[in-house]
Amino acid sequence: MTDAPPKIRIRDLHKSFGSKKVLDGVTLDVAQGTSCVIIGGSGSGKSVLLRCILGLMTPDSGSIEIDGENILTAPDSRRESLRGEIGMLFQNAALFDSLPVWENVTFGLLARKHLSRRNARSEAGGILAQVGLDPSVGDLYPAELSGGMQKRVGLARAIAARPDMLFFDEPTTGLDPIMGAVIDGLIVNCVKTLGSTAIAITHDMASAQRIGDQAAMLYRGQLVWQGAASTLMDSGNPYVDQFTHGRREGPITMELRR
Amino acid sequence: MDMALDLVAGIGRATLSLLRATGAITLFALSGLSHIVRPPFYGRVFWGSFLETGFFSLPVVALTALFSGGVIALQSYTGFAQYHAQSAIAGIVVLAVTRELGPVLAGLMVAGRVGAAMAAQIGTMRVTDQIDALDTLSTNPMKYLVAPRLLAGLVALPLLVLIADVLGVAGGFLVAVVKLDFSATAYITATLNALKTEDVTVGLVKAALFGFLITLMGCYHGYNSKGGAEGVGSATTAAVVAASILLLAFDYLITDLFFSH
Repeated sequence: MTDAPPKIRIRDLHKSFGSKKVLDGVTLDVAQGTSCVIIGGSGSGKSVLLRCILGLMTPDSGSIEIDGENILTAPDSRRESLRGEIGMLFQNAALFDSLPVWENVTFGLLARKHLSRRNARSEAGGILAQVGLDPSVGDLYPAELSGGMQKRVGLARAIAARPDMLFFDEPTTGLDPIMGAVIDGLIVNCVKTLGSTAIAITHDMASAQRIGDQAAMLYRGQLVWQGAASTLMDSGNPYVDQFTHGRREGPITMELRR
Repeated sequence: MDMALDLVAGIGRATLSLLRATGAITLFALSGLSHIVRPPFYGRVFWGSFLETGFFSLPVVALTALFSGGVIALQSYTGFAQYHAQSAIAGIVVLAVTRELGPVLAGLMVAGRVGAAMAAQIGTMRVTDQIDALDTLSTNPMKYLVAPRLLAGLVALPLLVLIADVLGVAGGFLVAVVKLDFSATAYITATLNALKTEDVTVGLVKAALFGFLITLMGCYHGYNSKGGAEGVGSATTAAVVAASILLLAFDYLITDLFFSH
């Protein structure tokens, strides 16, 4: 650990939907240039935490600091500009169906006027090559792509603006193990090349260990463990052990609802 | 006593729910309108929505107007012939078409066709995280998705209604001349004599309002859809039903405002 302040600093974050507490005092630091993987079962609050950091959801209390600045109290214009420093790969890639791939990839650059439409097509080709896709894919529409290709295009869109921070929401969900490993490799490569700070949420333990430097586990809205991602499989924490080894017995109880 | 209290409580809940929905739709509409006049402007999205709302709705609106004009001519002939008032048919057709049938039928057709498509498209974007993706790409979804569609509705429907007016009158003319043996010259003269500028302009004002309401309902219900495919389906149904009801209610209000005296 260095003494440098963390890139992302989350303190005592709370979020409830009605009477259901989804985040219950989450505190987490992510150091500059590192990747943090957040694991946890369905409904444990992982996606809500990510949405709060992205500004897509407002927490009830707590703070989220980026480079020491609390983004929850920042003016809208500042939050808007901060989004320009973030790249996000959504679970289902969330590509825009009505736009061809090249326009999906350069959407953020065009929106921020960093690129003219005239140059966007060739720029997209270069970015697609970075994620292992042929530039000719740029002319296709998302519906014409396989799941793995959609993830690659989603990754290309996330890295197009060379963001300072990269977020990944279950990047390997729905992919076969080989394609999952390929996507993980691309993610690691992109994060290292850009020097970005990354947060990924996943259920996939192999993926978590490949992507993450650090790891944390959320259970019922609370962080029950933090440590090196390489120690996930033998953490000594009963929650993590049960989760990573997929045991039915242990401290994690499933809420079964009709 | 308990039943009466339950009834009052039920009415109260329904009223609060209605007020909440009205408030939410009003705020959504104001936000959408404010983004129409503030840059950046998404001309390509506007143009796509304009074509979808106006150009691609043209066949169904044209056919509806043509046949409706013909039906009015036929039905009014059947009734008016009993009182030897057939000469009023041309006036009846042109007034009915420009004041009411043009805007209302075009509005209902567009509500079914475009309002549903907008709700489905935006709803699908909502449930597949595409709207969140817009946010993360520094693009305001209200500005990118909603404002251009509202503007397209405001502009396209009056143009559609103008064409519907012409075709509706033409439908009446064809039936009167070909089937009912009216003189073409006399029919056209009677039509022009009966027609006032106000009839057409009020019809166009209605059309602009209907276009706004249809796209507003499509966008609002799509934007707030939840829960996957079922949620998108519900949003689509709600958009068409709400747009159709609002359209008929506002039609009455505008008619009362302009023509009741």
